[in-house]
Amino acid sequence: MNEVFGAIHAAVQTVENDPVLNISIFAAFVAVTLFIVIRASRNNKTAADYYAAGRSFTGPQNGFAIAGDYLSAASFLGICGAIAINGYDGFLYSIGFLVAWLVALLLVAELMRNTGRFTMADVLSFRLKERPVRMAAAITTLAVCFFYLLAQMAGAGGLVSLLLGIGDQIGQSIVVAVVGVLMIVYVLIGGMKGTTWVQIVKAFLLIGGAVVMTVWVLAINGFSLNTLLEGAVAASPKGDAVLGPGLQYGKNPWDFISLALALVLGTAGLPHVLMRFYTVPTAKEARRSVVWAIWLIGLFYLLTLVLGYGAGALVGPETIAAAPGGVNSAAPLLALYLGGPVLLGFISAVAFATILAVVAGLTITAAASFAHDIYASVVKKGNVPPDGEVKVARRTVIVIGVLAILGGIGVQGQNVAFLVALAFAVAASANLPTILFSLFWRKFTTRGAVWSMYGGLGAAIVLIVLSPVFWGTPTSVFKDVGVAIWPLNNPGIISIPLGFFLGWLGSVTSRRAEDRKKAAEMEVRSLTGFGAEKAVDH
Amino acid sequence: MTESHDRAAESAGIDYIEVEESPPFQRLKRAQRAFVFPLAIAFLLWYFAYVLLSSFAADFMATRVSGDITVGLLLGLGQFVSTFAITMAYVAYANRRLDPQSRAIREDLEQREAGAR
Repeated sequence: MNEVFGAIHAAVQTVENDPVLNISIFAAFVAVTLFIVIRASRNNKTAADYYAAGRSFTGPQNGFAIAGDYLSAASFLGICGAIAINGYDGFLYSIGFLVAWLVALLLVAELMRNTGRFTMADVLSFRLKERPVRMAAAITTLAVCFFYLLAQMAGAGGLVSLLLGIGDQIGQSIVVAVVGVLMIVYVLIGGMKGTTWVQIVKAFLLIGGAVVMTVWVLAINGFSLNTLLEGAVAASPKGDAVLGPGLQYGKNPWDFISLALALVLGTAGLPHVLMRFYTVPTAKEARRSVVWAIWLIGLFYLLTLVLGYGAGALVGPETIAAAPGGVNSAAPLLALYLGGPVLLGFISAVAFATILAVVAGLTITAAASFAHDIYASVVKKGNVPPDGEVKVARRTVIVIGVLAILGGIGVQGQNVAFLVALAFAVAASANLPTILFSLFWRKFTTRGAVWSMYGGLGAAIVLIVLSPVFWGTPTSVFKDVGVAIWPLNNPGIISIPLGFFLGWLGSVTSRRAEDRKKAAEMEVRSLTGFGAEKAVDH
Repeated sequence: MTESHDRAAESAGIDYIEVEESPPFQRLKRAQRAFVFPLAIAFLLWYFAYVLLSSFAADFMATRVSGDITVGLLLGLGQFVSTFAITMAYVAYANRRLDPQSRAIREDLEQREAGAR
């Protein structure tokens, strides 16, 4: 066995010292998607074209795009690595990401599609006082997008050191800048249509690559899950423990419970996921997209279970932990073990494509929210020329892209893994309560919405800042300094109930009743689709 | 667009409160909520039961069922199965029961709107 590890190690060194192959596969992906984006960008005049791709995608297409948007590098590399090293707990983590889609399917997707136009705030401000609610919804949207974007950009830097063998600060900064510039180009030229195609292509490549590797791993193990698990147990220094819970979350189970709450309730409140529902012509297509997304995402996490244990069995947890990139190197090293440098190059390119597709989706969501909610509705009170809003959105894309590049370079070397969990926590605490209340509770008021959104957002951020993520441990932002006041790394267990509670409290203490007619209109439209935005005819 | 649509709806004299209180709409609303609320609560309970077992009954979850397959792994795979099953059940229900009702109400409203134009 030592010889095999030695060979892998040597191969990793050579491949990483000669990253031409990885870069050329990634360049091919960029060339193909850029071509598609330019072709798709011919009808990008109106807001409906730019933000919602003319509402012309089919359910299955949008389902692939949702999967492409949702399966970030963190889920692919992170979960494979977590299973390879900690076994069961990595699998436990992945399940929350899938189950969460039932909230979107049952409670949110179709009703949102029927009542909104471009952004989450459209729905939330439908029957309440428009400006304060829209402003609050835009701020929580921007906060979620910002946290998620920063995590992805930082991940891009980290991935480079792993895949291209670029370890120095300047090299990593250049790659972050390249990712950022490509993202700006995609979103500027392609709008939502181009972004969607990038996500569809990426989902195909990611799931296709994972299927090939899974079949390969299973073939080595005689298509027996049991043999695979035996191999993982034999290769792990922790032995049997990888089959049961506790290796990753055993120290403080409440931390994981808090995280699980945020995952399950946050997904249906992620603004870039919600915005995808507007790219299809009807609520029925929105339903079909979620169904496709659930099958694809479920399939993908089943594959990562095999890939994770496969990486543990075939590459070995110790080799993975020692490789540059640590946990995140499990899937690339497994690819190298199975298919040599070519498969490694392919998987590396897919990982980059993943980051690119996710940041593009986040950027167009943030830009749409700024231009449509803050600029057009709150600042200009709706008095904007037809093309004015899209013009502002495009400028916002550039600003966000530059900020993302600077942020991605700025946080290098920092431990920013908490940002993804924070994005989910904010979505679950600030967005989901208001979404559910405004769709299902007639007595919900403007005050309830505003309290819930600012309260949920504030609580999630304050708790993170008071937590061990920032204070007192060797992995904290302030290393070994001070003591964390709040003991958990995840704020959800407090901030999510608080978000719901504030929504209720604000509503029952409101003196001003909301517009009864608007409430009835929203209910009728959300369930019947009467007056819903139609697809654009070109 | 929404603005022109609103004007058309207004001139058609569509009274949303009246529509909302009408028996067909109330039936649709009840049919939707009576299906999605219990299902949403059920899957959340089942998921958190699984999370709590993984957190506080680690030994039970690590019990081997056959070979290296543990209770925890089977319950985890059960989460996938239940998610897929609920998805299919909802789609079947929505296609069969909800869509015809919502289409009837929508078409009625669209006719009233078109008649007033």
